[in-house]
Amino acid sequence: MELCERTYSPEPLLGSPVKLIKSLGADMLAGRELAWRLFMRDLSAQYRQTCFGYVWAFLPPLVASLTFIFLNSQGIVEIDTGAVPYAAFAMMGTLLWQVFVDAVTAPVQTLNAAKPMLAKINFPREAILLAGFYMVLFNFAVRLVLLVGVMLWWHVPVGLGLAFFPVALAGLLLSGTAIGLALAPIGTLYGDISKSIPIFAQFLMLLTPVVYPARTEGLAGLLATWNPISPLIVTARETLTGQDLTLLLPFGIISFISVLVTFAGLIAFRLAMPHLIARMGG
Amino acid sequence: MLTTFTPVEKPLNANRSAGSAAVTPARSEDVLVEVRHVSKKFCRDLKRSLWYGIKDVLTELNPWQKAAGSTSTSAPPSEHDLRHGEFWAVHDVSFQLRRGECLGLIGHNGAGKTTLLKILNGLIKPDSGFITMRGRVGALIALGAGFNPILTGRENIYINAAILGLTKKEIDAQIDSIIDFAEIREFIDSPVQSYSSGMQVRLGFAVATAMKPDVLILDEVLAVGDAAFRAKCFKRIGSIARDCAIIFVSHDQSQMARICTQAMLMAAGRCLYYGTTTEAIDQYNALQAAKSGTQFTLQTHEAIQSVAFAEGARAMTVQAGEPLTMKLRVSTQQRLPVGIAFVNFIDLAGTTVGQADFSVRLDAIPEGDSEVSPLIDRVDLAQGIYSLNLAVFASNRQETLVHAVNCAQVHVSGAPFMWCAYKMPVSEIAINSAV
Repeated sequence: MELCERTYSPEPLLGSPVKLIKSLGADMLAGRELAWRLFMRDLSAQYRQTCFGYVWAFLPPLVASLTFIFLNSQGIVEIDTGAVPYAAFAMMGTLLWQVFVDAVTAPVQTLNAAKPMLAKINFPREAILLAGFYMVLFNFAVRLVLLVGVMLWWHVPVGLGLAFFPVALAGLLLSGTAIGLALAPIGTLYGDISKSIPIFAQFLMLLTPVVYPARTEGLAGLLATWNPISPLIVTARETLTGQDLTLLLPFGIISFISVLVTFAGLIAFRLAMPHLIARMGG
Repeated sequence: MLTTFTPVEKPLNANRSAGSAAVTPARSEDVLVEVRHVSKKFCRDLKRSLWYGIKDVLTELNPWQKAAGSTSTSAPPSEHDLRHGEFWAVHDVSFQLRRGECLGLIGHNGAGKTTLLKILNGLIKPDSGFITMRGRVGALIALGAGFNPILTGRENIYINAAILGLTKKEIDAQIDSIIDFAEIREFIDSPVQSYSSGMQVRLGFAVATAMKPDVLILDEVLAVGDAAFRAKCFKRIGSIARDCAIIFVSHDQSQMARICTQAMLMAAGRCLYYGTTTEAIDQYNALQAAKSGTQFTLQTHEAIQSVAFAEGARAMTVQAGEPLTMKLRVSTQQRLPVGIAFVNFIDLAGTTVGQADFSVRLDAIPEGDSEVSPLIDRVDLAQGIYSLNLAVFASNRQETLVHAVNCAQVHVSGAPFMWCAYKMPVSEIAINSAV
């Protein structure tokens, strides 16, 4: 009978990259079912004890955009968004931004929550990351319902670009995941990461054309051009509103880099885990 | 009716008692667990430890680092390899396990047993040496991992089983036997947060033993649960023992003696002894004896000036079944008639397991300084450390002459095949072949 054999030694795993990638693939496959179960567990548990259930999934971005809608409607802040009504523009922006932030926080959050399991049992750990990603997708699906509602209510004009929306969304999710994976190892050791992400997210939201259209001149224009997240948000929103895709090239470049970073992040995660678990206690 | 006892032939199993006759000798020659010169260091200070964690991760990610210096063939790492604040949690441990064998790990709390188990489980990398594990590894270290308190017991079974590596088909086939084993069928569809901790342990254990591992790692999980459930768990482990290699950590010496074929004594990360179970337990008890503090209390009659075990007689060692002489020095102002006098033997758990009564032999304590030495014919106790309490009452049975708690210690060693508190001698046996 063929028994699988594993050797644990201080030898660096990077020394045999083929073996490393093969084991990564094997673990991701083995962890598929587990990821689904963990996702269903977190989902059922999250809303079972609440009264309003899934409403809590889209309340935060809604409230965020309501602030700006109020300011705009009162004339305190004047933002010209062309053919699209400002309310719809702002809501779409904040919903998309929330998806991005979710993808960034998911790896660190799910890993920290799973510390008791990680420190005691050996199982395909990629399943935790995958379960976190499923949760991001689910939360987005709930927000999509709201998004569709918003678009119908304000009669937002759609064009052929709508077919490109899934691609734009994929780019957004992938870059968020890439950043999240890069932060995850430090995030499990130092609590500073999970504490600082919400603060930075709030600040970054104002630096990215989320609640205002992208400028081309001045400091704001500079930020819009050089902020790597702006092409993602802008392109996604443009596909929804039937406008021309103005930042397609930067979008493509950033998405491609995100793919590479995500892959590297998964490898780095795999290499780092034994050392992180040694410091996790339990 | 006679009960026959057949000692098992193979020398390695000679330390097993009759109670585990169900376990057969090692079936095949394949080595499932191989551990060679494994060491692991940790840091005491938290912040420094986190910083070392970052450095270790960066070293691991560096594609240009040279291969680690210490491999299985080179010398074990020394103190020079420790960074500031670090210590060796496990230092130069080696052993080998075949299918059907069971290794007992014994040692004081903090000896490095759980760290060794974590390395065996693949959770952390050793800093030197290597470990090879063949086959499916099952670890009963954390029961109920992945349990979410809000979900029902049934849902949590599926989650826990998935984490342990069972596929949905395997779980479906065994779900009923899992629920039956856990004995919580009427509560299986209630949220786990309403279970008591004992019920949660039952559920966790039931799921964990549904695996059919090749290597089984047990970390003190049999210490919880009520006695009936523990017996059931033991039986379940015994039934799979012949098909896998077991690594067993426990503080219960009789448990360990029952199922282990070999044992390793660890202290401060180092392996002090690796060999037979009896010897390992003996050495462990000797270590404990040397460490345990004495909480000595003494209460005497006013006429007694001093009473104590003689110098050098406060820590005694005796082979099980051998005689023991206790030497007491007592100094009194007057002759004190004695009604009842005895010495109680108390085990580490605090249970009084034996009494040496010398009331009949001692009429009175003579005046002045004297040495009283009762001789116990046979110390028929299981191996272990016992503390002694001395009590002497006057002949009117009303006054206490002496009451000394924890005034001496006796280390009983090497009683093969005896894992009970007390041995009962059988002097007669009637054999009737006609019935």
